[in-house]
Amino acid sequence: MPIVFHTSNIYKILEEVKDPEVPVISIIDLGIVRDVALVEDSLHISITPTYSGCPAMKEIEEDIKSVLHEIGFDKVKIITVLSPAWTTDWLSKEGREKLRAYGIAPPVGTSVDKSALFAEPKKISCPQCSSENTKMISQFGSTSCKALYSCEDCKEPFDYFKCI
Amino acid sequence: MNTQEALFKYCCRIGDNSLVLGHRLSEWCGHGPILEEDIAMINIALDQLGQAKTILAYAGEVEGKGRNEDSLAFLRTEREFSNAILTEQPNGHFGTTIARQFFMDVFNYYFYHDLHFSKNETLADFAEKSLKEVTYHMRHTSEWMIRLGDGTEDSHEKIQEAIDDLWMFTGELFKMDEVDEVLIAEGIAIDLNKIKGQWSAKVHEILTEATLSIPDENMWMQEGGKQGSHSEHLGFLLAEMQSMQRTYPNMEW
Repeated sequence: MPIVFHTSNIYKILEEVKDPEVPVISIIDLGIVRDVALVEDSLHISITPTYSGCPAMKEIEEDIKSVLHEIGFDKVKIITVLSPAWTTDWLSKEGREKLRAYGIAPPVGTSVDKSALFAEPKKISCPQCSSENTKMISQFGSTSCKALYSCEDCKEPFDYFKCI
Repeated sequence: MNTQEALFKYCCRIGDNSLVLGHRLSEWCGHGPILEEDIAMINIALDQLGQAKTILAYAGEVEGKGRNEDSLAFLRTEREFSNAILTEQPNGHFGTTIARQFFMDVFNYYFYHDLHFSKNETLADFAEKSLKEVTYHMRHTSEWMIRLGDGTEDSHEKIQEAIDDLWMFTGELFKMDEVDEVLIAEGIAIDLNKIKGQWSAKVHEILTEATLSIPDENMWMQEGGKQGSHSEHLGFLLAEMQSMQRTYPNMEW
């Protein structure tokens, strides 16, 4: 084993793995890495999917293996954990800022009770001009994790990283 | 029937519902009435396929015969599929698709809500994850039911017709057999009679707001999908979905 094993080292290395669909944020920013453990000579990385059908998960798994192989971990096992289910509350503060800078409005507030029908009354600010005079075009966007909004002031459409 | 056999079948029923419904929705890709709705239906299809993948993979593990989610999806015949007949009904017009999806979303919402308390940890975790997704699916289709029902004369008529046509397939969702009984005794499966009341109340609430009339719940209901007796539509659906594996056996992506 090339480096002294310490989980914080591994978390640091995993910051190199980006979300293939939003390449400015890492899987650590996303909060999908749930655990890192050394079991005998094999490194076990537990991750949780953002959405059940997210096609990026497969690529993320491959990327994790690849960065860890590079530093000498030949045996890497990816474990998928479904509970507790991923929530946008786990998105790091830095991750939120990176999203905004990239042109995607970060999730607003916490993902508390979503059972109320038709409720999306939050003010989403436009990542281009910061105006809060925005409206939702569709709760479904270019990927599972985004909704489509548009700004009534600068007239630009934008993606909103929706809260779940 | 022992617990293992029942659990395999139970997982297949859940997975097949998601898989078949997800496939039906995916048929809309590029054909949606407006771009946003095209994207919405495909997003929902993706969630359903993801759910199907998770639970069918587990079904394969439970069965213990070396089958995985792909072999269960692509190498089974019609009679081995155990989805509810409602899910395989053709897309029809946009209103038919929305009505079918709405009935299933409301069902899944309450179903996963309860399955979350299953004594089987994998099912409970799967339900917790799926519930989040189904919640916004239900919100979306409920909005459409109201918009179409309380919309124009034409949209009202079409969505009412879709409800009336699909109604006889809704009863099957709550039918239980030996699979359910074996697993309920173990605290693994949930009692569908309880879900029925919740489903009914929510459907009444939305249809009433949509100014639509609710068909008779005591009318004759078509059933059999869970046991493998399907409408003719499933065969055509599988012919398309499984065509690659049938043409090039054992091919890998």
